[in-house]
Amino acid sequence: MDMNYTAEELAFRDEVRKFLDEKLPEDIAAKVKSFKKLSKEDHQRWQKILVEKGWYATHWPEEYGGVKWTPVQKHIWDEESCRYGVPRSIPFGVNMVAPVIIKFGNEEQKQKYLPRILSGEDWWCQGYSEPGAGSDLASLKTRAVREGDHYIVNGQKTWTTLGQYANMIFCLVRTNTEVKKQEGISFLLIDMNTPGITVRPIITLDGEHEVNEVFFEDVRVPVENLVGEEDKGWTYAKYLLTYERTGLAGIGMSKAALSHLKQLASRRLKNGKPLLEDPSFSQRIAKVEIDLTAAAISNLRIIASVEGGGVPGAESSMLKVKGTEIRQAINDLARRAIGPYALPFVEEELYLDYDGEFLSDKDAAPLSAQYFNNRKLSIFGGSNEIQKNIVSKMILGL
Amino acid sequence: MDFRLNEEQQMLQDTVARLVRGEYSFEKRLEFSETELGFSADFWKQLSELGLTAVPFSEELGGFGGGGVEVQSVMTELGRGLCIEPYLQSVILGGGLIGQAGSDSQKENWLAGIASGELRAAVGLQEPQSYYDLNNVETRAGKNGDGYTLNGRKAVVIGGHCADLIVVSARTSGDSCDASGLSLFALSPDTAGVERRTYPTIDGAKGCDITLNNVQVGADALLGEEGQAGGVIEYQAGRAIAALCAEAVGVMEVANDLTLDYLKQRKQFGVPIGKFQVLQHRMVDMMSELEQARSMAILAASVADNEQSDERRRVLAAAKNVIGRAGQYISENGIQMHGGIGMTWEYNFAHYAKRLIGINHQLGDDDFHLERYASLLQAS
Ligand SMILES: Cc1cc2nc3c(=O)[nH]c(=O)nc-3n(C[C@H](O)[C@H](O)[C@H](O)COP(=O)(O)OP(=O)(O)OC[C@H]3O[C@@H](n4cnc5c(N)ncnc54)[C@H](O)[C@@H]3O)c2cc1C
Ligand SMILES: Cc1cc2nc3c(=O)[nH]c(=O)nc-3n(C[C@H](O)[C@H](O)[C@H](O)COP(=O)(O)OP(=O)(O)OC[C@H]3O[C@@H](n4cnc5c(N)ncnc54)[C@H](O)[C@@H]3O)c2cc1C
Repeated sequence: MDMNYTAEELAFRDEVRKFLDEKLPEDIAAKVKSFKKLSKEDHQRWQKILVEKGWYATHWPEEYGGVKWTPVQKHIWDEESCRYGVPRSIPFGVNMVAPVIIKFGNEEQKQKYLPRILSGEDWWCQGYSEPGAGSDLASLKTRAVREGDHYIVNGQKTWTTLGQYANMIFCLVRTNTEVKKQEGISFLLIDMNTPGITVRPIITLDGEHEVNEVFFEDVRVPVENLVGEEDKGWTYAKYLLTYERTGLAGIGMSKAALSHLKQLASRRLKNGKPLLEDPSFSQRIAKVEIDLTAAAISNLRIIASVEGGGVPGAESSMLKVKGTEIRQAINDLARRAIGPYALPFVEEELYLDYDGEFLSDKDAAPLSAQYFNNRKLSIFGGSNEIQKNIVSKMILGL
Repeated sequence: MDFRLNEEQQMLQDTVARLVRGEYSFEKRLEFSETELGFSADFWKQLSELGLTAVPFSEELGGFGGGGVEVQSVMTELGRGLCIEPYLQSVILGGGLIGQAGSDSQKENWLAGIASGELRAAVGLQEPQSYYDLNNVETRAGKNGDGYTLNGRKAVVIGGHCADLIVVSARTSGDSCDASGLSLFALSPDTAGVERRTYPTIDGAKGCDITLNNVQVGADALLGEEGQAGGVIEYQAGRAIAALCAEAVGVMEVANDLTLDYLKQRKQFGVPIGKFQVLQHRMVDMMSELEQARSMAILAASVADNEQSDERRRVLAAAKNVIGRAGQYISENGIQMHGGIGMTWEYNFAHYAKRLIGINHQLGDDDFHLERYASLLQAS
């Protein structure tokens, strides 16, 4: 048993810190740290810097411009980047469709799409969910019918995150209705500018435009945009979901959010004293910090086992549940910390360039919105109920 | 023992229910919320025409002489409709403070207007540093000839952006957390030196922060005796807590109905999701939370107009604590069981969920009231 980093790992951590000290734009970090709004341009600017460093595509083989990090290195990156205020990476291109293309795509697809992901020319979004197919993803109905060199796609996707920015969407579509539902699904890459595609915003409860509905009406997609084999899309989709699940515990982000909470609680007053010194509030914070400590070690245990060649199994489902609960608990406390000021929705203060007087604390404005927005954490990426179903089936044999 | 409403109370509740059902569709509410006023002037007028703004006032004022239970009947139905009119602020709190502390001429000046709905009041009792402690007041009222000069800031005054009259607490003596030395002043927002910063709230209403910058008011602005307002504020905040609890019950009822309905309608894996036991049990828990909340709202209403006592204080703190916890449970689990749909602006559930969280931030959250209750615990 050795819970310390090796000398090489420590050297890597120093390198990461040096890079972030030098290259992470201050305005972007400031936005991330105080939950201010990030623009599409902010994400692109940061991506460029990462690509230049060669640290953008950490899941890819080197031949495609990736970097071979060990699980521990990835973990170090996650910890440090969250601490520094690096924007959440938009995963749909680099961490979702790319691994699928690399593993199941043909050479032409690799040559075409991977460089465009690196360069930022393509912004991808994920077209899995449909109005009738959420947790039961395999029941999806969007149809793709082969007609000569094209698939004709009809149907609807929904909850498409940042679809309004995207020019490409990867979709699960039904190509066969005669077989078991999992066996008639294909994985298609679709250009969002193809005629027949309409994107409609969905405004979430916090007033944010983050998700969309995407409608397909007789959309002609060239057959060369099929990844792998027809009707085998479910296998690829599941492969991708394992990628999705591992990052979802969000330990690094919870640590950053907790540190933000403690700073906030040291500024807010109750009975004339900082909330951080208030017996009941500080105990609430202590409890979530203790839970986070345990979850962080669980996370390390998974990482070490993967490093040793293991496959993250149902442990990552359990960690997703715990991790999201912890994050939501932190958001709950941050909202509580501002007391009556949880009520005002001061939109102008959600922007970093706001230069007026703050209504209350400088960081107060996004807190309630963020609390509501992060209710999504226990819904998407496989809801927490679905994760528990997985654990009870896979580990417990129930 | 009988927990049923009497005939008059039932009629009152039915009247509000009918009005809300007829006038307050979810779509209309979204529209009202986006107007500059931030609610429906028309609906307000209808409330007043039906005598509903007069419910808690005496018959001489054209009122109904209603107590906690009558207020509860009105508030629960307003909660069911997610109504954003400033009933709590104007009728319960504004009317309550003036009614308890005001002189005969002040009551004559203002209460009849509040009861008829023609005058809308708002109250500024909190401050940026006060958290939920209403004794924590730093706004100062200095003697100035016959009148006073007010300086300070009042925080999150719901309905303050459009009120005709604002009642604020200010310190005429004592240190910032003393219960003694507090006074109440009623002033027009047009008074020189009153500045308002208006904003929407997360739960669809509007409010403002009010800066008082050398605001000169006459002696006739002082409600009650100088320095003696602490007890009045506590008492009226207690009535408002009871009213908020009743509102919350209405919000929870609809939130639970919507969720239950969704569990029956929404199909995944070929069955209604309500077939999954984990969701069934959670729905049962949401119903039990609502029952706990309903019981406490009833208890709170029953003591709201009693003379002040530790028993009244305990009940109100307990009620607000239960309501806060139940509200958050129903809000979060309701969203969860709706899946993505529960996160959307267009579907009404999220707005119920947000109001439940909003209520927890008005007049003290569950933590605040837990502490308050603990400080009042009896040894046996
Ligand atoms: C903010 C946000 C962003 C998203 N981004 C994307 C995206 O970019 N691309 C994309 O494809 N999708 C995206 N999603 C969709 C997300 O994956 C789905 O919301 C999720 O799969 C749940 O599906 P649903 O919303 O239809 O809920 P449902 O599946 O209808 O679930 C409703 C409730 O029932 C429960 N439930 C369902 N089945 C069971 C069961 N068998 N046992 C116990 N409980 C069950 C669920 O846990 C949930 O509580 C996003 C969702 C959100 C909220
Ligand atoms: C102290 C004590 C006194 C008792 N006194 C009496 C008595 O006087 N007379 C008498 O007749 N019996 C008595 N009982 C028995 C009691 O009624 C049974 O224990 C009870 O009905 C549960 O049955 P079981 O113990 O066989 O557990 P099981 O029925 O085997 O249940 C085991 C677990 O499975 C859960 N479970 C079972 N079915 C479901 C389901 N459909 N969905 C979800 N969860 C489920 C249960 O909740 C429990 O947690 C007593 C038991 C105890 C412990």
